[in-house]
Amino acid sequence: MLAVFFLAPFGFMLATSFYRRIEGGFYEPAFVFGSWQRLAHGVFIERTLFSIGICLLAGAVCIAVAFPFTYFLTRMRRRPHVILLVLIMSALALSEVIVGFAWSVLLGRAAGISNILVWLGAMDEAQAYQPSFVAVLLGLCYIAFPYCILTLYPQLTRLDPEVTEAAQTMGASPWRTFWTVVVPIGRPIIMAGFLLVFVFTLGSYLIPAFLGRPEHWTLSVFISDQATFNANVPFAAAMALFLTVLSLGVVALVMWTESRTRRAF
Amino acid sequence: MRALKWTLTALVVALLVAPLIVVAVVSINQNRYMDFPPEGFSLDWYAQLWRDSAWRSSITTSLVVAGASAALAVAIATPLAYLLRAYDIRLTPLLYSLGILPFMLPPVISALGALVFWNAIQHSGRIENIIVSHAIFFSTLPLITVSLAMETMDPSLPEAAQTLGANQRTTFRTVTLPLLVPSMITGYAAAFVLSLNEYIVAFMVSRFAVVTLPIKIVNDLRYGFTPTIAAVAVVFIVIATTMFTLFALFGNLLRFLGADPAILERER
Repeated sequence: MLAVFFLAPFGFMLATSFYRRIEGGFYEPAFVFGSWQRLAHGVFIERTLFSIGICLLAGAVCIAVAFPFTYFLTRMRRRPHVILLVLIMSALALSEVIVGFAWSVLLGRAAGISNILVWLGAMDEAQAYQPSFVAVLLGLCYIAFPYCILTLYPQLTRLDPEVTEAAQTMGASPWRTFWTVVVPIGRPIIMAGFLLVFVFTLGSYLIPAFLGRPEHWTLSVFISDQATFNANVPFAAAMALFLTVLSLGVVALVMWTESRTRRAF
Repeated sequence: MRALKWTLTALVVALLVAPLIVVAVVSINQNRYMDFPPEGFSLDWYAQLWRDSAWRSSITTSLVVAGASAALAVAIATPLAYLLRAYDIRLTPLLYSLGILPFMLPPVISALGALVFWNAIQHSGRIENIIVSHAIFFSTLPLITVSLAMETMDPSLPEAAQTLGANQRTTFRTVTLPLLVPSMITGYAAAFVLSLNEYIVAFMVSRFAVVTLPIKIVNDLRYGFTPTIAAVAVVFIVIATTMFTLFALFGNLLRFLGADPAILERER
């Protein structure tokens, strides 16, 4: 029953991707390869490469901040530990709509960072930092960051404190302990967290749509745009199936690294 | 290292909180246009949420969709979890792959799948489309909570009922079901919150005909900013924070997030 629920839409999509589009936003049953052929064209390839690039970058930024942060978090006293977790979970519960809106305000020209700087006297004139590439990247990192922490957290709490204590007893500085002990042990979960952020940000629709110009759109935005405003459902279906295959590949990679993680801890 | 620890923590907290604070400040600004520092204090934009009929109807729509789809999701998931358990189908691997997959895959894919489905049966732009699509999409949450509850349930309880002469149906109704209620409520709450926040599936399926709260926010933002949007955002933020603070106070948040039990002992 579950299988029917989840697989039926894919069947419908596969069929639709071969349908012929009729001008005016409709499509009729047919068996044409037009939508698939369009996948080989410039715009689509450009969007795919851009999406992969920005999502990999978001993954790298998230891990670079989240891994040391989670490591510190698991070693904190109870009170700050719980307070930070509540904050992170609250950020996680926020919908993309709210996050996208909040960042567009923060980076905007009317009531954002630059206005605070002007008010403080550090800047002469307010400036808008969105829409831009950096704005999209920041927004993507913001929505993915709590998820990233949630993947790292259970494993890092299991990191035996005796391991780092041993390193420090033998004379390693905390800094050196982190780089030569904690990071190598955590390598599989770093990989898993990184890939998770990658797939997760690949699925973000509103962040690139809100904070970026059309040249900053990822595949998710492009697909939705084709399906709704351009009313080219067959082409959108072909792209969605391509995105499914791409994401499934990454998910498989995550599960594979996770099965190796169990052995490491 | 110590300095780095607190610098990094401060940076993370600042980045997580900054956008929320700015939104909160904007939402109490008296002026119709966004500006900083805010001019005067006013809760007018919150009142606007109830006074403006468009906002009110989108809130109602969202609550109806979330309430109905979460109920439907629990109604699908509970018998399914029970059947899988009763016929001893080892569901962990199946559940993991089928249940987690829609969440891991970009939601645009599910959204488009649903759109194509509703188009195919020539039934588009209705509120029940969103309800059914959300129910199926989010049914995995109650499925997970209910199956977990079944796995941890003491098997001697239903057995005792049957020894005392209750038939299978009576046992289910008077013993198993009441024991499952907490997990059903958790699953319902999770599905409800996610449905309330969901945009892309609702947007694609509704085809501009039904307007839920997230759709209303996005539509309004296309035509520029209003402080009312900031007020909605603050309401969402407050609900989320309250929920998890209560959880941390009355439940075990650390354990729920998968912390090692040893850490709980260590840090008393």
